[in-house]
Amino acid sequence: MRSESLLALSLRTLFAWFFGLIIFFPLFWMILTAFKTELQAIAIPPLLFFEPTLENFSIVQERSDYLKYAMNSLITSVGSTILALVIAIPAAYAMAFYPRKRTPDILLWMLSTKMLPAVGVLVPVYLLFRDTGLLDSRTGLIIIFTLINLPIAVWMMYSYFKDIPRNILEACRMDGGSLLSEIRHVLIPLNMGGIASTALLVIVLSWNEAFWSLHLTSANAGTLAALIASYSSPEGLFWAKLSAASALAVAPVVVLGWFCQRQLVQGLTFGAVK
Amino acid sequence: MNNTLRRLLMAPAVGSLLIWMLVPLAMTIYFSLIRYNLLYSGEHPFIGLLNYEFFFTDDAFWPAVQNTLILVFSVIGITVTAGLLLALLINQPFPGRGVVRVMMIAPFFVMATVNALLWKNMMLNPINGISAWLAGVFEAQPIDWLADFPLLTVIIMVSWQWLPFALLIFITSLQSLDQEQLEAAQMDGAGKFTLFKSFTLPHLARPIAIVVMIEMIFHLSIFAEIFTTTGGGPGNDSTNLAFLIFRQSLMQYDVGVASAGGVFAIILANIVAIFLLRMIGKNLT
Repeated sequence: MRSESLLALSLRTLFAWFFGLIIFFPLFWMILTAFKTELQAIAIPPLLFFEPTLENFSIVQERSDYLKYAMNSLITSVGSTILALVIAIPAAYAMAFYPRKRTPDILLWMLSTKMLPAVGVLVPVYLLFRDTGLLDSRTGLIIIFTLINLPIAVWMMYSYFKDIPRNILEACRMDGGSLLSEIRHVLIPLNMGGIASTALLVIVLSWNEAFWSLHLTSANAGTLAALIASYSSPEGLFWAKLSAASALAVAPVVVLGWFCQRQLVQGLTFGAVK
Repeated sequence: MNNTLRRLLMAPAVGSLLIWMLVPLAMTIYFSLIRYNLLYSGEHPFIGLLNYEFFFTDDAFWPAVQNTLILVFSVIGITVTAGLLLALLINQPFPGRGVVRVMMIAPFFVMATVNALLWKNMMLNPINGISAWLAGVFEAQPIDWLADFPLLTVIIMVSWQWLPFALLIFITSLQSLDQEQLEAAQMDGAGKFTLFKSFTLPHLARPIAIVVMIEMIFHLSIFAEIFTTTGGGPGNDSTNLAFLIFRQSLMQYDVGVASAGGVFAIILANIVAIFLLRMIGKNLT
């Protein structure tokens, strides 16, 4: 393509950086505030340079047992991811390699469960959880997270399986490989990338999930999303503490999310945009 | 592979999703037809469509419908327009493109409650927030965002989070644009505007439609942002359908009326979902 003029390039660079910085600013500011004292946090004009302190992080831990919530987030998101993959992989395998006439319909139906607004089934799920003792339990959250992410997991694994060249599988079968050895020696090794990125996406989505964690948990199984919500009722000066808690809650997924951008596009648009 | 094994492999996924879909749905529909308040024990008589009547004639119903529509369509308008412009801006190389991309996409990975409190406090607080300081710099009156423009505040927060989503999808899709075709057209002397109109825009039509529909479905039940900031107020000014249903159920304990609202929300979402599924389905075959 014809190279653009220097002026056009400079303008593009300038605008792109300008908007990039604006969009990123709130996050940057939050991270900065996490290292301020409470008085510095509310200073006007806002402080850009200051002596950083780590005290907020220890206060946050003391005030609300931060690590317990972080643990809950970790257990529920990793647990539901493993469960979702264990359920999704066999189904995706069957549909990708042994399709029937109705396979597309089944896939679409699975996706359609993702489009049910959560608020529409809030009441029955809440009551079911209350009556079965699942309310405020990590098991309960894992079940919910698994169910809401299962369609995406099936869908992504299905498209990864579809991309495996048929002749490799057939060669394996010609050699008399059983189904088990086919899975162990061909499908899983060839698909580690696909499994990893599906897992990553489901972890990110579960970690950030707020609707169900807000409604179904409290002190016992609360996740970080729910803990942060408890800062919505202000108590004295709390911005630095809020920022410290938030920065810790957000950092791991922003990093993970960065690695699984492409999967995110595929998973969230159900493969409609590639 | 025989059919039994095949069914066995699919059973856990199909079975669990079937239960997940049918049981709560059936219960919601059933609850919406009986008198059921958690505060009063005793019988749950069948009352026909009375719950629906209560829900639709609630003082907050029309404001909630209106707020839901404003919220959904303004967020879509903002994110799609800005997402398109930014995607076109950063689609071609410039110094630091990778870093700019990271900065623009990062907000999407921020959990809703962090997003809400970050904006509510550090950004938009009328005394100590960044917006108050900016107002001071320009010698303007600081705005009390949450009290005076509660719905707009929610729109800003949600847009900040979902702009990266639209951007990410548009960039991905722009990268699959046929460069050779573009170059050929350019050789033939097609201007920038013509190129955009007859190549880029048609290519983006599909991703745009998909972003619009997915955002519609997700934003119909925006909850955490409202719950952690405005609490639906002042009055009903920032109450949307999801928040209204929550208020009926877990604050007023009226399961019946809340369920009627739930059925209404499901029907609304399904209208959009049908179109979305049709588009995805075309891609499958």
